[in-house]
Amino acid sequence: MSCDFANMTPTSRKLPNEIDACGGALQFWDAVKGYPYMKRFFVVLTLVMASVWASVAAAQEPLRIELDNPNIEPLPFAAPNFVAETAGADQFAADLARVVAADLSNSGLFREIPKEAFISNITSFDSPVQFADWKAINAQALVTGSVSTAGDNQIVVKFRLFDVFSEQQLGEGLQFVGSTDGWRRMAHKVADAVYSRITGEGGYFDSRVVYVSESGPKNARAKRIAIMDYDGENNQFLTTDQSIVLAPRFSPNGNRVIYTSYETGFPKIYVLDVGTVSRQVLQDQPGTMSFAPRFAPDGQSVVYSLTTGSNTDLYKMSIAGGAPAQLTSDPTIETAPSFSPDGSRIVFESDRSGTQQLYVMGANGGEATRISFGQGRYGTPVWSPRGDLIAFTKQNRGRFHIGVMNTDGSGERLLTASFLDEGPTWSPNGRVIMFTRETSGEGGSSTLHSVDISGRNLRAVRQGGSDPSWSPLLK
Amino acid sequence: MKTLSTAMLLTASLGLSACSGGLFNQNDRLGTGGAGTGIDNTPVTTGALAPNSVAYFNQTIGDRVLFAVDTSTLTDVGRATLAQQASWLNTNTSFTAIIEGHADEQGTREYNLALGARRAAAVRDYLVSQGVADGRMRTVTFGKERPIEVCSTEACYSKNRRAVTVIGAGATS
Repeated sequence: MSCDFANMTPTSRKLPNEIDACGGALQFWDAVKGYPYMKRFFVVLTLVMASVWASVAAAQEPLRIELDNPNIEPLPFAAPNFVAETAGADQFAADLARVVAADLSNSGLFREIPKEAFISNITSFDSPVQFADWKAINAQALVTGSVSTAGDNQIVVKFRLFDVFSEQQLGEGLQFVGSTDGWRRMAHKVADAVYSRITGEGGYFDSRVVYVSESGPKNARAKRIAIMDYDGENNQFLTTDQSIVLAPRFSPNGNRVIYTSYETGFPKIYVLDVGTVSRQVLQDQPGTMSFAPRFAPDGQSVVYSLTTGSNTDLYKMSIAGGAPAQLTSDPTIETAPSFSPDGSRIVFESDRSGTQQLYVMGANGGEATRISFGQGRYGTPVWSPRGDLIAFTKQNRGRFHIGVMNTDGSGERLLTASFLDEGPTWSPNGRVIMFTRETSGEGGSSTLHSVDISGRNLRAVRQGGSDPSWSPLLK
Repeated sequence: MKTLSTAMLLTASLGLSACSGGLFNQNDRLGTGGAGTGIDNTPVTTGALAPNSVAYFNQTIGDRVLFAVDTSTLTDVGRATLAQQASWLNTNTSFTAIIEGHADEQGTREYNLALGARRAAAVRDYLVSQGVADGRMRTVTFGKERPIEVCSTEACYSKNRRAVTVIGAGATS
């Protein structure tokens, strides 16, 4: 795939960044100066400040959120406007701080202290922080930043994170350089760094979601594949609404999307290149229908359901084509397969017991072990990227739930309940689940929601959306 | 001529009352409607549909059969309908059929796709058992993607759990 956006068709509407496609995710700024693809988004990491604090900080109780603590109180933080260091950077200075604060607040783990409460402000990025002013308003964490514009539509963003009560800088200062139209991503990167330093786990803010955008009446719903930032911003359509499309899934590096389309009149699996928006049919065996595709963790093969006659089984095939391998051969319904992150196992749903239940088998098929035994029906299992949990949809007594269980089926916890919740997808760090919630009746519609695996922080993400698939963390 | 002159009078009066609103469009729409009224009277007075028409298949025989919750088993009523569908298809051998399987909204998307496929296949298999050539039919599942009724109660669900035999105009050899 090309790095040259000029090659793209007008309908492709380039994404503000295509880092994976062009390689070289993290590079030092000095090495990048004068790089030929200046319009591309570079994430550049440098030391803003020597880490003289690291050894000092060890003596103090670190500022920390334990994600597995069931009684987390949101940590109060302050994110004053970044310091605009050049003319024309004022808007970015305010907007960057606003997005960083929104990311942290939306996680449910942090609580923003409103600007009206501030006693002092940050007017110089490099001046010493007046910790007393931030302690007085109980800001436990303080995020400071600066932004300057550079030539060729570039901006340079720097930030520091402070543990206010121990009067320490937390980690090193970071600097990001990128194009102006990728400014939101730089804010997400800052928020990811803050999240990561305080929780000790990877972030998830600099990520995207591919999903089905829905419009029109319930009995003639128009559906298009769309892609957006994790927070619903920068929405772009990848297909038209001419045919029904279902359940898009990212490839492991986020460059491709695999989905089901009715463009021939019959459900078939297509692979779409996110950068060029070109697509091709993956599976076109005559007289069959195929759906529910998902990539293997290596990105080279795909597991999916194929229906022949009345029977639906699981198959695997190479993304490059070739003969599919049949993984199950039962007269019952086998569908909704999902790989374990190490690629060794597949979790799927089957009604071989008489009702929909979850099973785990090896990546090449063979004996399957049932893992769901609770009341009701279980479907759409998805293995967590951390490998520790399986998310699923459960139907019981006329209600739908999103839940998680250990990979052996123990420890089941239901996170949501509604008229119709389904289709979970994991955040890159395995801490948040996004899913479809549909309301009932004639005016029923779908909205993307997210919820923490603790069951807290249920949020509506985007109206008119279904079948979300969360990308890996962008590079 | 009577119909035509009525239409022209209507056109004239409405055209005058909508003086600022595009006379040409008014003329066009009313002219078509007037002519259409005359022609449409014929089938209403003659009554019954031609037995070899697709309309007869869809309306008199019935193009669909319904299923109980989470099943693809044909009911007695369904089998009776399909026997007539088979008879029609065996008489009108130039037609093909696509059999659509559908599910109600109470179920996950993937499972409902597989369930719709089962329902469509149950109909196809029954029609084959009644002598309809397998090669004249294709099955497709829409899962819960295309309900015909939009409420969220059993009154609607029972109509959405269906398999519809859609007659194709294309002849087969």
